[in-house]
Amino acid sequence: MSIMGAINPVLTAGLDGDKSWRLQDYMARGGYAMLKKVLAEQIPAETIVAAIKASVLRGRGGAGFPTGLKWSFMPHSLSGDKYIVCNTDEGEPGTFKDRDLIHYNPHAVIEGMAIGAYAIGANRGYNYIHGEIWELYKRFEEALDEARNAGFIGQSILGSDFSFELFAHHGYGAYICGEETALLESIEGKKGQPRFKPPFPASFGLYGRPTTVNNTETLASIPFIMQMGGEAFLNLGKPNNGGTKLFSVSGHVNRPGNYELPMGTPFATLMEMCGGMRGGRKLKAVIPGGSSSPVVPAETIMKCTLDYDSISKAGSMLGSGAVIVMDETVCMVKALEQLSRFYHEESCGQCTPCREGTGWLYDIVHRIEAGEGRAGDLEILLRISENIAGRTVCALGDAAAMPVESFVRHFRDEFMYHIEHKTCLVPKEAQWAGSDFYCAEA
Amino acid sequence: MFTPETLQKFDREIAKYPAEHQCSAVMACLALAQEEIGWLPPEAIEAVAHYLAMPPIAAYEVATFYSMYDLKPVGKYKLTVCTNLPCALSGGVHAATYLKEKLGIGFNETTPDGKFTLVEGECMGSCGYAPVMLVNNRRMCGHMTPTAIDALLEECQS
Repeated sequence: MSIMGAINPVLTAGLDGDKSWRLQDYMARGGYAMLKKVLAEQIPAETIVAAIKASVLRGRGGAGFPTGLKWSFMPHSLSGDKYIVCNTDEGEPGTFKDRDLIHYNPHAVIEGMAIGAYAIGANRGYNYIHGEIWELYKRFEEALDEARNAGFIGQSILGSDFSFELFAHHGYGAYICGEETALLESIEGKKGQPRFKPPFPASFGLYGRPTTVNNTETLASIPFIMQMGGEAFLNLGKPNNGGTKLFSVSGHVNRPGNYELPMGTPFATLMEMCGGMRGGRKLKAVIPGGSSSPVVPAETIMKCTLDYDSISKAGSMLGSGAVIVMDETVCMVKALEQLSRFYHEESCGQCTPCREGTGWLYDIVHRIEAGEGRAGDLEILLRISENIAGRTVCALGDAAAMPVESFVRHFRDEFMYHIEHKTCLVPKEAQWAGSDFYCAEA
Repeated sequence: MFTPETLQKFDREIAKYPAEHQCSAVMACLALAQEEIGWLPPEAIEAVAHYLAMPPIAAYEVATFYSMYDLKPVGKYKLTVCTNLPCALSGGVHAATYLKEKLGIGFNETTPDGKFTLVEGECMGSCGYAPVMLVNNRRMCGHMTPTAIDALLEECQS
C-alpha cells in the first residue's frame, strides 16, 4: 500500500489493503449512503452545490478552482444531454494520488460522480484514465460493474427518476490530455489538442454539450463532504483551503508515497512523516505542486504550510500536491534538463510559441548541461520563457516556462558555473547518490 | 482482419458512447488491435477506421498522436522505463542504464532475438514506486532495483 500516512484522514480512512476497493467493503465503510439519501429525500441540486461551496473544496487536479462555483456554471434550464467527466489522466510528473484512489477507493469516485451528476443535471459520465495505469483502468471498470449491478448507476437509480450512465475511457500516452479540453477532444476520438476558451466546457463541452470536468480526488471528496457537511470539511483545513488533501511525495525521502493531510499542515511535519531525507543528506530544494510548479529552495519551503495560500506566498503553487524532494546531490541544471525535455516531448504542437519554444528551451538547457553553454544563454532562456508564457491556448506553455524561470532565479550560480567551467558545481561522482539504486538491495 | 473476440471487445467499447459518436471508441479499438497483432500496421489502423465508419486519416491522426501506439514492430516484451525527474531521483535513469547494459541495446532498439524492445517513457503517474517500468503497455512494475529487474528479465526468458 502506498498510502504511507495520514492525519485526520477522510479519503483514505479505513482503507486497509487489497479488498477495500470492493463494493461490499465500501458500503461497510458507509459508502453510497449519501447517494441513497440524496435520491430518497430528493435533496434539491442547489442545496448540494451550496454544501460544496461551503466546504471550500478546491479543484485537486492542480488549478485549485472552487468546485462548487464550477458546478454552478452548468445551465440547469437547458434540456438534452449533459456530462460529468472525471479527470484521472494523471501524468504531471510527481503526481500519483489519483491512481491510489482508483486502486483503493474507486467507489468513492463513482458515488462522487453520481452525486455530482445529480447536482449539475448530467445524465452521462466518463472517467478518463491515464493509459499507463492499465491495471487500474480495468479495476475501475470492475467497480463500475459492481455499482451497476447494485443499481447505483444506470436507469432510474434506486427507484428514483434520476438516471445516470457512467463509463471508463482510457488514454494512451499523452500528457496534454490532462488539460480538460484536450481530454474532451480525446474522448471524442481525436488528437488531444486543447480548445480555445471561451467557450468553457460548461457551455460547450463533450460533443458540444454542457460538461463539467473535475479531478478524481475532487470527486472522491464529494460523498464525504455530504456526510460531514460543508463547514465541517472546511474546518478540517484552514480558511479558504478546505478539507484534507493527498500529497504525493517522491524523490529523496526515506518513505515516498501518498500522505493525506489537513490543508495547512506544516511542510516540516510532512517531511517527518516521510522519515526525513534518504541517507541523512541535506535538503536542497522542493518542487511542491508537480513539475509545472516553480521550484522552492529548502530554507523557504521548510517555513511553509501545505495549502494553496502559503505555497503561493512562497512563489510557487500547491498544484496537484505532488511534492518532489531533491537533496544536495542533485545538479539543478540536469534536473531542469529532464523537465524541459519532457515539456518539449509533450507539447501538442498546436501553438507556435510552445511547439518551437519548448524545443529551444530544451536545446539551451541541454547545451549548458553538456558543457557547451555560452555567455548570455540564461538571458536567452528567460526571454524564451517570457515569450511562451501566456501566449498559448492552454497552460502547457506556462508549465514549461515556470520551472525554467524559477530554476534560473534560485540556482543562478549553478547555471553560471556550468557555463563558465563547462562542468557541474555538484561533483559528478556525487550526483544522484540519493537515488540509492545500487544500494537499495541491502 | 481481427478475431471475433477482438471484434466483440470493439463492440463493448462502442457501446460506451452515444450512437452518433462511435468514433469515440477509436482509442480503445486501436489499443485492442495492437494487443492482438503486437503493433499497429497501417492495415490495422484502416480496418479500425472502417469498423467505426470514420475516415482512415482520422484514425491515423490518433495512432500517431498518442505515444503508446507502436507504429513499428516491437519485441515480444516492450519495456518502457520512466526517466522523468521524480523517477530519476529514485533511480529511473540508473534503471534504464542497467537495462541497456543487460540487454545490450539502446532506447528504441530491439534485441536481435526479437525478445525485448527498450523505450524511454514519460511520467506514468506512479513516481512513489520509482523506478517504474511498463511491460507491453499493460503491466506496471515498481521499485525496479537491480534484483527486481533481473527477476523480471528472467521471467520473460522462461
